[in-house]
Amino acid sequence: MSLDAAPSIITVNGTALEIRANPGRRLSDALREELGLRGTKVGCDAGDCGACTVLLDGAPVCACLTPVGQALGRSLQTVEGLGAAAELSLKRAFARFGAAQCGICTPGMLMSAVALLRHVAKPTRAQAEDAIGGVLCRCTGYTKIIDAICDAWRDAEPVAMPPAGQSIGAAIERLDGVAKIDGTEVFGADYWPQDALRVVVLRSPHWHADFEFGDVAAWAEARAVQVFTAKDIPGKNCFGVIPPLADQPALAEAVARFRGEAVALVAGDAAVMRDLDLEGFPVVWTPRAHALSVDEGKAAAPIHAARPGNLLITGRVTCGDVAALDGAAHHVTGGVETAYVEHAYIEPEAGAAWMDGDVLVIQACTQAPVMDRDDTAVVLGLPSARVRIVPSAAGGGFGSKLDVSLQPLIGLVTLLTGRPCRMVYSRRDSMVSTTKRHPGQMTATIGCDAAGKLVGMRFDGDFNTGAYASWGPTVANRVPVHASGPYLMPNYLAEARAIHTNGPVSGAFRGFGVPQAAICQETLFDELAQKAGLDRLEFRLHNALRDGDVTPTGQALHGVGIADCLEALRPHWADAQEWAAQADGRGIGIASCWYGCGNTSLPNPSTIRLGITGAGQLVLHQGATDIGQGANTVVTQICADALGARVSDFELIGPDTGLTPDCGKTSASRQTYVTGKAAELAGLALRAEVLRRTNMGEDAAICFEDGAVVIRRGAQSERLDLGDGIWVEETYDPPTTALDENGQGTPYAVYGYGAQLVKLEVDLALGKVRVDHIVAAHDVGRAINPVLATGQIEGGIAQGLGLALMEEYVPGRTENLHDYLIPTSGDMPRIDSILIEKPDPVGPFGAKGLGEHVLIPTAPAILNAIRHATGARVTRLPALPHRVLAAMKAARHD
Amino acid sequence: MSYHRPDALTDALALLAAGSPTILAGGTDLYPATSAQELRGDILDITGIAALRGITDAAGEIRIGAATRWSDLVAADLPDAFDALKLSAREVGSVQIQNAGTLGGNICNASPAADGVPPLLILDAAVELVSAAGHRRLPLAEFITGNRATRLKPGEIVSAVLVPKAATAGRSHFLKLGARKYLVISIAMVAARLEEDAGVIRSAALSIGSCSAVAVRLPAVERALIGQSVADFDIPADLVGQALSPIDDIRADAHYRAEAAVELLTRTIKGVVP
Ligand SMILES: Cc1cc2nc3c(=O)[nH]c(=O)nc-3n(C[C@H](O)[C@H](O)[C@H](O)COP(=O)(O)OP(=O)(O)OC[C@H]3O[C@@H](n4cnc5c(N)ncnc54)[C@H](O)[C@@H]3O)c2cc1C
Ligand code: FES
Ligand code: FES
Repeated sequence: MSLDAAPSIITVNGTALEIRANPGRRLSDALREELGLRGTKVGCDAGDCGACTVLLDGAPVCACLTPVGQALGRSLQTVEGLGAAAELSLKRAFARFGAAQCGICTPGMLMSAVALLRHVAKPTRAQAEDAIGGVLCRCTGYTKIIDAICDAWRDAEPVAMPPAGQSIGAAIERLDGVAKIDGTEVFGADYWPQDALRVVVLRSPHWHADFEFGDVAAWAEARAVQVFTAKDIPGKNCFGVIPPLADQPALAEAVARFRGEAVALVAGDAAVMRDLDLEGFPVVWTPRAHALSVDEGKAAAPIHAARPGNLLITGRVTCGDVAALDGAAHHVTGGVETAYVEHAYIEPEAGAAWMDGDVLVIQACTQAPVMDRDDTAVVLGLPSARVRIVPSAAGGGFGSKLDVSLQPLIGLVTLLTGRPCRMVYSRRDSMVSTTKRHPGQMTATIGCDAAGKLVGMRFDGDFNTGAYASWGPTVANRVPVHASGPYLMPNYLAEARAIHTNGPVSGAFRGFGVPQAAICQETLFDELAQKAGLDRLEFRLHNALRDGDVTPTGQALHGVGIADCLEALRPHWADAQEWAAQADGRGIGIASCWYGCGNTSLPNPSTIRLGITGAGQLVLHQGATDIGQGANTVVTQICADALGARVSDFELIGPDTGLTPDCGKTSASRQTYVTGKAAELAGLALRAEVLRRTNMGEDAAICFEDGAVVIRRGAQSERLDLGDGIWVEETYDPPTTALDENGQGTPYAVYGYGAQLVKLEVDLALGKVRVDHIVAAHDVGRAINPVLATGQIEGGIAQGLGLALMEEYVPGRTENLHDYLIPTSGDMPRIDSILIEKPDPVGPFGAKGLGEHVLIPTAPAILNAIRHATGARVTRLPALPHRVLAAMKAARHD
Repeated sequence: MSYHRPDALTDALALLAAGSPTILAGGTDLYPATSAQELRGDILDITGIAALRGITDAAGEIRIGAATRWSDLVAADLPDAFDALKLSAREVGSVQIQNAGTLGGNICNASPAADGVPPLLILDAAVELVSAAGHRRLPLAEFITGNRATRLKPGEIVSAVLVPKAATAGRSHFLKLGARKYLVISIAMVAARLEEDAGVIRSAALSIGSCSAVAVRLPAVERALIGQSVADFDIPADLVGQALSPIDDIRADAHYRAEAAVELLTRTIKGVVP
């Protein structure tokens, strides 16, 4: 029997539906495109991520690997069909535990968990871990997902919403959680206007090559598609996150500078595009010499004419006299080399574009809507007011969705054709074309006196910034500021350079180079402590920054919580030592972090608009994109307490460049601090205005009651006259100053701190590392929402563990999630988080940033524990089994 | 472009004789190999053919249908000698992959890292091939000829894997080394089957995968083990090394693979007799 031609009947969630899809079509694509069931997510189309998991006759399978023909006549269940009591109970547990951060993996997680819970109502953690082993999550570190699965049977009540004035510190469920757990959240690939053209990108297969197009018009006509190249770009074909250094074309012109660079767009109707083969596209390539490593980059001809030696920028901080190192009682010198690391969010870039009158609207996943708008406007030659960015939900970002990806491309197609269009990056598109963590080649010398007090440090790092500038300058500037770690370092010289190569563009990735530098510094600290004869934790504590201490940039700090973090780890450290002594191959390690919140010495204001409509609705225009970290919830909690309202009184608007004021980008761990501060100011301003209008005292309560706003004070009560509504707008910009040629100044107004303790086991014969337990103490200033905060810690640790042990993006070889490995549920240790609250003098209610801090200590603490277990100094990351074993042998020969 | 999903093997063989459709089983190797949203060309989906799925105990041999899924194997009631195969099934990709992927697909795809191959090699498995013209069998070790290369002829299908009863004696174990817990391609994997008499090894069947283009048996090492104590034995590392031709790749270097193989082999043998 041949199954093509006729429409078939497929039974989904108990309902028989007619489907017109070739039986050889991926079930995931048919569900999403033909049946509109978009709760099933696609992260890889290769079985590697499990986001597309559905139940076929009750068994979890990847819909992306299942032919439609095999689903016919069988029972098929998707996330949309989860409605039975036990399934609802599981969904509530996901909400209660904060198991969904960005939410892109959530449908796959739920389906996998449901399959388990049908057989085992009260699973063990090991069973839960095993059941979700085939679904990757890049946000949560899996802990809260496993918590939720194991607790689902309890069918507990949702977390109660706190009364007015008590939102801060409450572990409320995330406000945008329901859609993520129902599968109704709209990510980049989940919305498009009817009849939208589909767009795909033709990319360079060469590291560095000149190219010329052949008869593109004929090729396009023969296939009933349209092709767009650089010459179609009406504006300035150049974008970049740091405008003075912008250097990246939206579509390459005559020369492609890295493998994967976009050179042309092909757009056509969906049916045509499905069968389109880009093989044979008329383009002729003439490869040029290329440089991939930093050393090759330094020696090669400039990739950008104005940057000799391929040096993009040098960052430098110095204080005291680093020559003092020569007189130090103890010295250590060493180096570390780190790999390209891929963000590997489970949602590849996707979005749609359409015209609304003469305004170009782009709905796509992003971390920086206003920057997207401005970059896209420049490329398309439009005034900013004619571009509107509506961020879709983002299925993870971690820094890479700060740069524009497909926004100018789909914008171009819609602008030139007048038709709506959409584009969904394949996993390969995403991996070859978007930014990576900078590979770092670092060396340092650190010295201390006989008593173990730090005398000085010299640090030198080269960072492979790839073909275009992106966030290379930020990395080069952040690294020297942070390379000393959160310690008092009287004499210091640190230099970091961003070097161009024809490798992938390195950009922002959680920590902007600081995690790499911390690996170098924190591993050397262990050696220095040993030389000084001090316990590794005590050595750090002995040198930890204290209130009033001055950093290498000359800034006096206040609200410094690093010593508190280390002290909190002390009892665990003692236990860990005992644990390690019990068996061969066990080791323990510790490492600290500090991290400045917000842009380095540059303005980065956030503006919050808050008001009460004429109908009595409290409305918060919240322009900070929530990429899973929880800005929607945290910003509202802050605003609620400042105003004196309940979180449940709020309606949230945005983010949307057409509706919400600019809250800047979601990066640099700035949203809780900067946007939170603006929300606090807006809450206070609205409160003052309401009390002024009602002439009520400071301690009056503002009550939102069914369309009326009533102000109460003791027995007094007055109904607020709303008129057309009452609005306030407040802006906050962190007070920073520029850094001079020695790096002196105030780069950040607020720093956050943390320290982590790792217990692990090394397989002494195979070099395999299994991390057993991590205790993480982080000074968040004020934990606005403890569940969201610990969720950040657990997720950051998972990324730090990946950085340390398995993640290595090899250009040209690991362009998929099969060969590029990130931690699965089975690779994560038990994690205990300790939230330290040492209030910051300027942060909202004392809060500091956390989002990036969390992954900084993990990798160095793991390396320190490996060394403790085996004597091995792994100096090239990741610490793959063969590298660990080789380092163990080298240590034995020393 | 057509898609056929026949119920009967004879129909499948007729289609194969008439054209050269791509054989599709679980699709877990075929779909990742394309960036398109559907499989191109003529497709012969064999998962509707009941005769190709399941495990039967026939005269003198155990027959595993080619379209038997990994999860079927995990659930099957089989002699101890099949423990290695079941353990390997449990480690293929993830539950999702095990619920779709088949043993036949694993063999025909012939990846050096195919986890099903070493456990079948220690069971002296043979491959049954059928076509409209008839059928033949080949030892598995001869069927797979190289990295992604087999002796499958046009018009043929693998219908079953056959394990002679003689090879189902004793107990077996399997260990896989990868850089993470789930969804991981083996750096090396080892299957071992032993027969013992009062703590002394009477016979051994050993196989290592991912350390050469095709997984290998280790006859010289097997012979060297005979007569040794199961609790305390010596593996001649040089003999292991001679049987392998490991490569450098992103997962590990060749030197490490060779060394890890010996260690894994030791552990696997110890694992046979708990
Ligand atoms: C995420 C992921 C993880 C994986 N992990 C592992 C792993 O850990 N270990 C491992 O070994 N493999 C792994 N694989 C590979 C794959 O799952 C297995 O090889 C699987 O057994 C293939 O079976 P299939 O039925 O899905 O093959 P299919 O994709 O259907 O077919 C594979 C090939 O075999 C041919 N073929 C299939 N059946 C027959 C037959 N009966 N006769 C003739 N030709 C046939 C097909 O034409 C095709 O060329 C993984 C795959 C994915 C996507
Ligand atoms: S989309 Fe199917 S597994 Fe990733
Ligand atoms: S919440 Fe799991 S990938 Fe984001």
